[in-house]
Amino acid sequence: MLDIRALRKTFGAVEVLKGIDLKVARQELVFIIGPSGSGKSTLLRCMNRLEEPSDGSIFVDGVDLLSPKTDINLMRRKLGMVFQSFNLYPHKNALGNVTLALRKVLRKSAAEAEAIAMAALDRVGLKEKAGNFPSQLSGGQQQRVAIARAIALEPTVLLFDEPTSALDPELAGSVLAAMGDLKKAGMTMVVVSHEMRFARDFADRVVFMENGEVVQDGPPAVLFGPDAHPRVKAFLSELSH
Amino acid sequence: MTGGSLFLETFFNPTIIARYLPDILKGMLVTVEVAACVIVTGIALGLALAVVRSFRLRAVNFLIIVLVDVLRALPPLVIVLIVYFGLPNVGITLPSFAVLWLVLSLVLAAFAEEVFWAGIVSVRKGQWEAGRCTGMTEFQTLCWIVLPQAIRLTVPPLTNRTIAITKNTALGTVIGVPEILNQATTAQSFSGSATPLMMGALAYLVLFIPVVIVGRWIETRFAWRRG
Ligand SMILES: Nc1ncnc2c1ncn2[C@@H]1O[C@H](COP(=O)(O)OP(=O)(O)OP(=O)(O)O)[C@@H](O)[C@H]1O
Ligand SMILES: [Mg+2]
Repeated sequence: MLDIRALRKTFGAVEVLKGIDLKVARQELVFIIGPSGSGKSTLLRCMNRLEEPSDGSIFVDGVDLLSPKTDINLMRRKLGMVFQSFNLYPHKNALGNVTLALRKVLRKSAAEAEAIAMAALDRVGLKEKAGNFPSQLSGGQQQRVAIARAIALEPTVLLFDEPTSALDPELAGSVLAAMGDLKKAGMTMVVVSHEMRFARDFADRVVFMENGEVVQDGPPAVLFGPDAHPRVKAFLSELSH
Repeated sequence: MTGGSLFLETFFNPTIIARYLPDILKGMLVTVEVAACVIVTGIALGLALAVVRSFRLRAVNFLIIVLVDVLRALPPLVIVLIVYFGLPNVGITLPSFAVLWLVLSLVLAAFAEEVFWAGIVSVRKGQWEAGRCTGMTEFQTLCWIVLPQAIRLTVPPLTNRTIAITKNTALGTVIGVPEILNQATTAQSFSGSATPLMMGALAYLVLFIPVVIVGRWIETRFAWRRG
């Protein structure tokens, strides 16, 4: 499904990703953890070429994402992204946020786009808020609209970059619940987050990154258990303090 | 004659008013025509330049910035005179109405481009990224996500600029565009009375006070929406 090989990214003279290998299978949820500055966001942003990788390869469903022949706009709608800061369009209501790409990219009719968007909003529990503008929604509701905006395009993979970091714990719960529902429905997901409870409950694999490298990659039971790499243990005990 | 009646005789002479009112009214029509043309082409051109600039092509942007800065630095009267008296020397003769329209459109476009550009730049990078992540092209993202937000920010400064530049239609008088001031000064020299000038001033007030009021309304309305 998603196959990343020897991925490198340098900003000027600084090498932020130092050869990452990562495979994500269909319907798998891969959870990425690691200290600040370890390159988690950069890795995620390379996966849909918001950042241009310096070297290595990325295949999505067998398509070479980095080939100049690849239609990046076509690939990007298969690689949904959810941001820490939501990035909803403030001039459009919840429904308009979801329908925009359906109309302009997939060229759906107004009625069809609205039906798809309402179904997506329903999946994140916000059908009643379709007419609300982002400024009239709580942070948790805004993030769920952002999720609806991504899933409405039926992506093959959903990428989450710290989706709950900007939210109070009470509001984070609703977002995590929506993400859990997606996982149960078979969505393939890559999640960068500090929500270890969510990882324990829903992740198939946890990947620990440090200094631009993958230190350990395994099931949650291993990374959160006694057999974790010493640096993983150090990181997790740091977090819980 | 008392001071008061001398004043009235000078600035509000009824026979003069009656004689020159048709001319002043014709002048108002011309002013409105020039102003409307300038507003439409000036703002459209300014927006087009800002859109082109957002593609960040180095050489093109350099040209835009030079053009815009020159147009903003020069007094509009100087440009009007250069174009009107200079172009015929290279074989291009434009009617005075066209010269005034062209020059004021370019000046308004220069200021409008800067205002639109500032609006585009002020839209957060995450908005671009969100659009691109749903498969929209850069141009689609600009049109449907960035510009609607940018333009909302630009309405108040653009309104002010537009009013300021539209008033420059009075410059048309030096190249013989029969707008308000031209009609008023012609009437003044024929009649030897200052009354036509006062009529001209009143004509400007009649045209521009509503515009200023609408501008103020737009300004408060959009300021409130942002807050
Ligand atoms: N556009 C950029 N230009 C230069 N350096 C950058 C850029 N983006 C990220 N970096 C650097 O790359 C490194 C990794 O950043 P990244 O945002 O990927 O880390 P992260 O693991 O997501 O951290 P956090 O947990 O704080 O979000 C950091 O040292 C950062 O300063
Ligand atoms: Mg990050």
